[in-house]
This record gives sequence, structure tokens and C-alpha cells, in this order.
Amino acid sequence: METLEQIKLRIDAAIPGARLEIVPNDSPSGQRSLWLDNEHVFEVAKLLHDGPQFRFDYCSSVTGVDFLDAELAEKIKVKKLVDGVEKEVEEVKKTKRAGYLEAVYHLYSMELKHGPLIIRMRTENRADKNHLPSLTPIWRGCEFQEREIFDLYGIIFNGHPDLRRILMWDDFKDFPMRKDYVAPDDYEYEPTPHDDVLEKSKRQHTAAN
Amino acid sequence: MDEGLKSELQKQGIFTTTVEDIYNWGRKNSVWPLQFGLACCAIEMIAASMARYDLARFGAEVFRPSPRQADLMIVAGTVTKKMAPQVVRLYNQMPEPKYVIAMGACAISGGPFKQGYNVLKGIDRYIPVDVHIPGCPPRPEALIHAFMTLQKKIDEQQLTGKNRARYFDPEAPSEFPVPKFGEHDLEPPSNPDVWQPPALIRG
Repeated sequence: METLEQIKLRIDAAIPGARLEIVPNDSPSGQRSLWLDNEHVFEVAKLLHDGPQFRFDYCSSVTGVDFLDAELAEKIKVKKLVDGVEKEVEEVKKTKRAGYLEAVYHLYSMELKHGPLIIRMRTENRADKNHLPSLTPIWRGCEFQEREIFDLYGIIFNGHPDLRRILMWDDFKDFPMRKDYVAPDDYEYEPTPHDDVLEKSKRQHTAAN
Repeated sequence: MDEGLKSELQKQGIFTTTVEDIYNWGRKNSVWPLQFGLACCAIEMIAASMARYDLARFGAEVFRPSPRQADLMIVAGTVTKKMAPQVVRLYNQMPEPKYVIAMGACAISGGPFKQGYNVLKGIDRYIPVDVHIPGCPPRPEALIHAFMTLQKKIDEQQLTGKNRARYFDPEAPSEFPVPKFGEHDLEPPSNPDVWQPPALIRG
């Protein structure tokens, strides 16, 4: 398979206006991915599926990821006058980042025997602007996985043929895999509590008395 | 009937019994389970019913595909919250007398999924359970042991009097309310008539 940079160049050339970004990965695997903007992702996905150099005909998995609102601390060097002398001083710049949800697709090509190419899409926020284009019309196998993400993360896939909850019941209102989900308090006795469970058990114990 | 008199009469060549003994003996040796499984425990249940472990020795080889023909419900496996109303409904459709074996860690307490959001923490929250089997999954021998325990329990049931069996009491319920799918959890999360949580003692 071509490198991510080459793929990015090809997509840039074929679809003008598409915004792409290579998402770095600091983990030992170093497996980077390609972020695509929501307006052009469908076109890009079509290209990845049909383009003669790509032929990504198999989507092996679709994953949801939840990013909470966060405060990012960044160290920047600022030139400052200290006692009349100009010096470089490190400052911590804090920026607030609104939370968002992501859908990550792992693509392989059975025909050209290459992959995986990892593409991801991002919603604008976690509350109301949680729509993403569905890629089920391109990779049919995404259908159930996108339904599962809809069920557990609350991402709404526009253009999905049958977007219903798949694991939880239809009247269920929460999204259990989101990081701020609070599970119903429905177990009373835990024989070996630890960490979070210990805290929970202590709370229950004081509430019961 | 007095045991001493019974054995004395037996020495004389007179065999005596009671309606209760015959009745219980008949029932305990033909307990037909309901044929349904929920998870990996069901595989052990199937193994227990096949030739190697041979549940047929205890008169329980006829797994009934309809709750209306079954006497025993073996809750074999994880009961998810989505599945719980159906399990209760199946129990309600079984005719009396009926018994329940909760098989495996999940069915008795939620097991490894106890801290999860989607698994019912024990089927005894909605229906009365006669025998609990721990294990993950329990071996077929454990199921057979549970079965023998149930047989013993049936054998000791009385037809009349204050301690008569549940289904001879016209006041005792034979059906239990089916929980509804709520917005965050099952409603109600448990049936307080059937299940009272154990008191917490922790310093």
C-alpha cells in the first residue's frame, strides 16, 4: 500500500476542496490514520472503494470514540523582557477544546491485498451536532456496526438505510459507551470491591444506613 | 404416615404409602425442563442432557419447546435486560407446579457482567428461584446435582397444611409482573415481592 502521504496527495488531486489531515499516533504501533471532513467524506470513500490504486473493498470494522470536553495544556516559548534582558521563557498555554465523537473505519483491499487504511470522521460536538454521513451505501458491512455506534455513542449516520438501536431496546435514552454515562445503580452486594466499585459500594452502604 | 408403622407393616407383607408420597414421587421423576438457553451455560445444559451425562436417568430428558408443557425452567446463561421480560413471560406461561433453576454465575447474580449496564443482576429479581448453581459455566455434574436437589425439594413438599407447596396456596401468585423497558433501566428494576436485597454489612 502507498504511504498515507501519497494517498492524501492522490485524494487531494482527485477531489479538490476535500480537507484531509493525517492524525498522528504516539503509541508503540504508530498506526496513523486519515481524518476526512464530513462534506467530502462520501466522495472520498467512493474514491477509496473504486479508485484503481486503492480498491478498498472491505471495511473490517467501524469503531466509535468519545472525546469529552477537555482543557489542553500546551507549552510554548515566549520571548519576554526579564530584568531588562530579553529571555525565552516557557509558558503554558491553555486552550479549551469542545468534546466530539468520532467514527473510525478500518479499510482493507482484498483485491490488491493491502491495508489497513484507517479513516476517521468527527462530529462537531457531542450534543446536537452529532451527525455524520453513513458509509453503508459504499461498504454494506458497515450497516450493523454503524447501528451499534448509533446505539452506544449516539452518532446519527445520515443516509443509513435502517438506523435503529441494535443492542439496547428502542425506548432506551442513554448512550452507554459515552464516557459521561452513569450506569443504573442496580447491584447491591459486591464481594471484593476495589477502585470505582469500592467507592460505589461505600456510597451505597452509607445510603442504606 | 409414621415410618415405624410403615416398616412394621412392610415386614408383614403389607406395602403402604400415602397419596403425598406417590404424588411427589411421580412428579419428581418426570420433571420436564423448558428448552431454552441464553448463553454458554446452555452448552453445558445440552451436554448434561446428552448420552455422557444422561439427564434422562432422572426423568428429565424431555426438553419441551413450549412453556405450556414444561415443569422446570433452567435459566442457563446471562439474562440481559433486553431478554429479562421475555424470560419472565415464559415463566408466566408455564403451568403450575413449576420450578426454576438459575444456572451459572450470570443467572444468579450477573456474574462477570455485574458491573455492566445491560445485564440483569440475577433472575431472582423477577421470578422465584428454587435452586441456584454457581459456576462459570457449571459442569454438567453441577447441573445434575442441582437437579437432584430440586428432586429432594419436590419430595419434601406437602399437599396440605400450613407448609403446603406454593401452588396449593390460592393466595400465592403463579404469575409475576413482566418488567417494562424504561428510558434508563428496566421498570421496575426488581420485584420486591420476590426479591429483597441482602442487608449490607461493611465497615
